[in-house]
Amino acid sequence: MRTIIAVFLKEIIDNIRDRRTVASALLMGPIFGPVMFAFVINLSIDRALDDAESPMELAVIGSEHAPNLMRFLESRNIDIVDGPEDVDGAADAVKTGTHDVILVVPDDFAEQLSDTVPARIELYSDEANSQGDKESRRARNALYAYNNQLSAMRLSARGVNPVLLRPLNIDEIDVSTPSGRSAMLLGMMSYFFIFALLMGGMYLAIDTTAGERERGSLEPLLSLPVTRGQLIVGKILATCVFMAASLLLSLISFYVVLKFMPLEQLGMTPNFGPPVVAAAFFLLLPFVLLGAALMTLVASFTKSYKEAQTWLSVVLIAPTLPILVVSILTLRPKLEFMFIPSLSQHLILVDMVKNEPLNGLHIAISVCSTLVIGAVLTWACARLYRREGLLG
Amino acid sequence: MITVNDIHKSFGKVHAVRGVSFAAPDGKITGLLGPNGAGKSTTLRILYTVLNPDRGTAVIDGADVVTDSLLARTKIGALPHGAGLYPHLTARENVAYYARLCGLDKAEIDDRVAEIVGMLDIEDFADRRTKGFSQGQRTKVSLARALVHDPQNIILDEPTNGLDVMATRSLRRLILKLKDDGRCVLFSSHVMQEVAALCDDICIIANGQVAIDDSIDGIRQRTGEDDLEEAFVAAIQMVGNAEEDK
Repeated sequence: MRTIIAVFLKEIIDNIRDRRTVASALLMGPIFGPVMFAFVINLSIDRALDDAESPMELAVIGSEHAPNLMRFLESRNIDIVDGPEDVDGAADAVKTGTHDVILVVPDDFAEQLSDTVPARIELYSDEANSQGDKESRRARNALYAYNNQLSAMRLSARGVNPVLLRPLNIDEIDVSTPSGRSAMLLGMMSYFFIFALLMGGMYLAIDTTAGERERGSLEPLLSLPVTRGQLIVGKILATCVFMAASLLLSLISFYVVLKFMPLEQLGMTPNFGPPVVAAAFFLLLPFVLLGAALMTLVASFTKSYKEAQTWLSVVLIAPTLPILVVSILTLRPKLEFMFIPSLSQHLILVDMVKNEPLNGLHIAISVCSTLVIGAVLTWACARLYRREGLLG
Repeated sequence: MITVNDIHKSFGKVHAVRGVSFAAPDGKITGLLGPNGAGKSTTLRILYTVLNPDRGTAVIDGADVVTDSLLARTKIGALPHGAGLYPHLTARENVAYYARLCGLDKAEIDDRVAEIVGMLDIEDFADRRTKGFSQGQRTKVSLARALVHDPQNIILDEPTNGLDVMATRSLRRLILKLKDDGRCVLFSSHVMQEVAALCDDICIIANGQVAIDDSIDGIRQRTGEDDLEEAFVAAIQMVGNAEEDK
């Protein structure tokens, strides 16, 4: 035990003095996540506000043939601007992006309308251009609305109740709560926590294994009267402390960032107060052992600092895979998922943020299975260190 | 007291050590001499229990390096070839870390570290971080931490490599002092003159085998060469000839 503590303390002090380790543990992880998150949220807030009926410009050719339609469009906050000179230029203008959408009103529009033949009107848009997508949708919707208005008027004029044209009255009811809506966006934050956690211990895991070998301090260390198991356990524990510190900092920095984000504008109120921050910390704590042991194990196989860095960046991404699969397939939390580290933490964390009742059994399985896997990996490290091939 | 008995070690197809036997008694300096790649380092690495021999035994003060390696390690202080320090720790902290790992009491550690720092003459840079130390400074600190638990047996793998004249001299003085304390010093080198200047017994290794294990005068007599370098070459050729005879 004394040996483990000695190794543990030395690795902590040694690495606290290493600027790169400290920067990645205490700055990189905790800052990268929230900054990225704030960026994405801001982007979606901008988009959400855009979707509202803000003024948009619509280029029209032949607007003089349909003054009523133009007034109707203007009433829906669509500003009419002049399009290209002639109809032939319309397709080109849309293709080159001069205009996202162009409405063409043919000369005989008014005539057809009064003859009650379907009046031809052309809407040019580029479906491959996602930017113009929103504008063309809005223009189309406005035209449909005008269409409905006209048909209602025609029916009324002939003494028919326009309601006959509406056999169905579809009412969509969204049952998601503001906390629930947040979970979709905040789902990605569980990965940031795991990323920050792993990042926090990455350089330590490298330094205590591949780094130690590369600078030639491993061989004298192994010639001391201590068992190799004690050495590796002390090293893994030191890595755990850095990971836990990085996790805690990133939780706190998220808490702070969320406080300043105008999430209400998106109809979200994430349940991420201090109690949830604390609960999330303890929920993710078992993952710290797993992450530290896994990174130490992988780094122990490598021959040099650089090689270890390459392999550990793969380990950084690995925990996203189960989260990604479940997010794409939109699977609900199931008992089996709780055996998978990173996924179980993600699912429970999402429930916490949604402010939904938590399943005690799920939490117990998540904690236990993660701890067991962490312990197995630690044991594997100790085994690996007993091999003499370790010295390379 | 270190006794090595017919140890063998292969790395894949390379048979690096092929039946090396020798003894390094207390109160004497034993030199392990041989050309590069002769198997010196492998032999020493087996002695400080970093490698296991494929065959044969090595015993350090009664502790077998394979079956009782933890006890054997308490009895040795090892300075591996190219040993590295922790660059973010000061020299003193590097030494104290090893003292703690060797199980010294908290109260003892400071005194012991101060003592060894004085003995090795590293006070001037003891409280500086070891990043950027010269080779001589590094060797001294490495040696200090190897000696911090007061081991009876000291194993040094090419300790004078990369040292200048002054550093080599001070290292030599230190090795002689260890001998005078009655310790068993085993050190390897590929420089005949250096071994001759220090050692009581010399074990010349070539091609993974012991060519000659004798005192300096004994080696001169048996090779029939007065010049030490010639004697060294002759001894190595003896192994080569014996191989061809087989």
